[in-house]
Amino acid sequence: MYINGVEIEDAFAEAFKMRAARLIITAVNPRWALIAAQVTTGFATSVIACGCEAGIEGTVPRDETPDGRPGVSVLIFAMGSKQLEDQLMRRIGQCVMTCATTACFNGLESDEKLKIGKALRYFGDGFQTSKLLPSGITEDRGKGGRRLWRIPVMEGEFLVEESFGIQRAIGGGNFLILGENSTLTLEAAEKAVEAMKVVKGVVLPFPGGIVRSGSKTTSKYKFLRASTNTAYCPTIRNQTDSALPEGVNCVLEIVIDGLDEESIREAMRVGIQAACIPGIVRISAGNYGGTLGQYHFHLREILG
Amino acid sequence: MGCISCAGFVIAMSETDAVTLRLKEPTTIPIEADSICPDLFVGRSQAGIESLPAFYGRRKVTLGDLFTVEGENSDQVIVEGALRYVKKIGQRMTRGRVVVRGDVGLHLGAYMRGGEIVVEGNAGDWAGAHMQGGRIWIRGNAGHLLGAAYRGEKRGMNGGVIIVEGNAGREVGALMRRGLIVVLGDVDEFAGVRMITGSIFVSGRLGARAGAGMKRGTIVAFADHAELLPTFRYDCRFQPTFLRCYLLQLHAWGMSIDDDRLEGFYRRYHGDLTTLGKGEILIYDQR
Repeated sequence: MYINGVEIEDAFAEAFKMRAARLIITAVNPRWALIAAQVTTGFATSVIACGCEAGIEGTVPRDETPDGRPGVSVLIFAMGSKQLEDQLMRRIGQCVMTCATTACFNGLESDEKLKIGKALRYFGDGFQTSKLLPSGITEDRGKGGRRLWRIPVMEGEFLVEESFGIQRAIGGGNFLILGENSTLTLEAAEKAVEAMKVVKGVVLPFPGGIVRSGSKTTSKYKFLRASTNTAYCPTIRNQTDSALPEGVNCVLEIVIDGLDEESIREAMRVGIQAACIPGIVRISAGNYGGTLGQYHFHLREILG
Repeated sequence: MGCISCAGFVIAMSETDAVTLRLKEPTTIPIEADSICPDLFVGRSQAGIESLPAFYGRRKVTLGDLFTVEGENSDQVIVEGALRYVKKIGQRMTRGRVVVRGDVGLHLGAYMRGGEIVVEGNAGDWAGAHMQGGRIWIRGNAGHLLGAAYRGEKRGMNGGVIIVEGNAGREVGALMRRGLIVVLGDVDEFAGVRMITGSIFVSGRLGARAGAGMKRGTIVAFADHAELLPTFRYDCRFQPTFLRCYLLQLHAWGMSIDDDRLEGFYRRYHGDLTTLGKGEILIYDQR
């Protein structure tokens, strides 16, 4: 299969089950909402060493946020609900609460909830108060509506929702862009990232959405769980069992975490199509032979 | 000075599916009609609804003796006639909708847990007393002790929402424990007296002695207010983010919200210092 003269390899991306939460971070203006979101999703590229994977899903207009201020939607993924709870506590507590003018709301309706605001409220040292925001006419006592915690801070008040919904999600959707040189490969990757921004329910957790140091799950060193993806490193192509075709001198990877299979498929589809520009030789995908991940995203099936 | 107002709230109810009750004759003798409750009308025929009990003064009668009934088996209820002396409509209801066409008597929606009551006129005292959920929307004025606790009880309204487009009397939200009361007009003295927590918003004039004895909770004066009790202390002037969430929810329900109140600053006073002192009165202080 070829798109714009670029070969689409008959390969599949291997992805894993994860748990995800969505935060809606609002602030006095878009700039401060974005600052909070960027800090919250910082050092969250890979669960291997960061504890979670996170990214900015998109901006939320003020008429869609609970407090009518400009917002940013953030998705955070972890391997289980316990790890996700730990990461939400740390990131909302240290990155959102500390950021001027922000508030933090749940953005995921789910029966499974983590009581993040309920735990963070103790920062108020006894002066925290809650408000049960009515949402409809059917609620009976505290069973309906959204409970918000008001935590007094030096600037005024930090408002955080008591519970955050979490759901099953998928991490590790990916594709590899194999190019003639680093300039064209980066250009293709940037076009892919730009195109994928419009897809809801996914984030690209790596810097700028792009990975240059893809990994494999083995290493010659016993103390290391992962090491560089030798098969795709051009500088050692003749020293290893290389997967690089002739003419390829640079590989960049796009990793996608999503709330469901369909959104990852859609993100891969638009991303690959955007990446197929002159100077790109092949699009491939990273997998572990199908033995580790529960989800397989076949490139030709997605683009077919 | 208006700040929150009703912008065309629409009652979306199909009259053909509703059970309609018309009071046969105007009376000044109190009628206790806690059987006018959507929960009791579901699964009942017209004859079954007519046979539900009511009190006419001290005399035990049936709804059919006092009202003409049209319709059956519905949780949508319309009540018409001179209802000023009809008490306890919608008491303990958990679902459906009751529309009262005109004024209504005491104890409207007391102990209510869900559903909605809309009064197109004025409501008597104790509307929403001990309410636990649902919504009461009064298009006219409300009497005294709106959403309050009955005498001797430890807590009053414990959830739900009451909206009054006109004025309300004394002791609005007395011993309120949870929920939201919004009065677009004025409230008389002792609003939020001995309030435990919850929220009271007043768009007109907040009467004297507001929040007397309150432990927690929030009273917001969007416009004019009487002098606060000396047991409330000034804290700061700030923009409460949580208030924006409430105002936007009210806007979603069809109320018009003044941008100045949404974006504006509020003076915060905490009290009542004769008790726990963790309550607050927020007073709008310009944008």
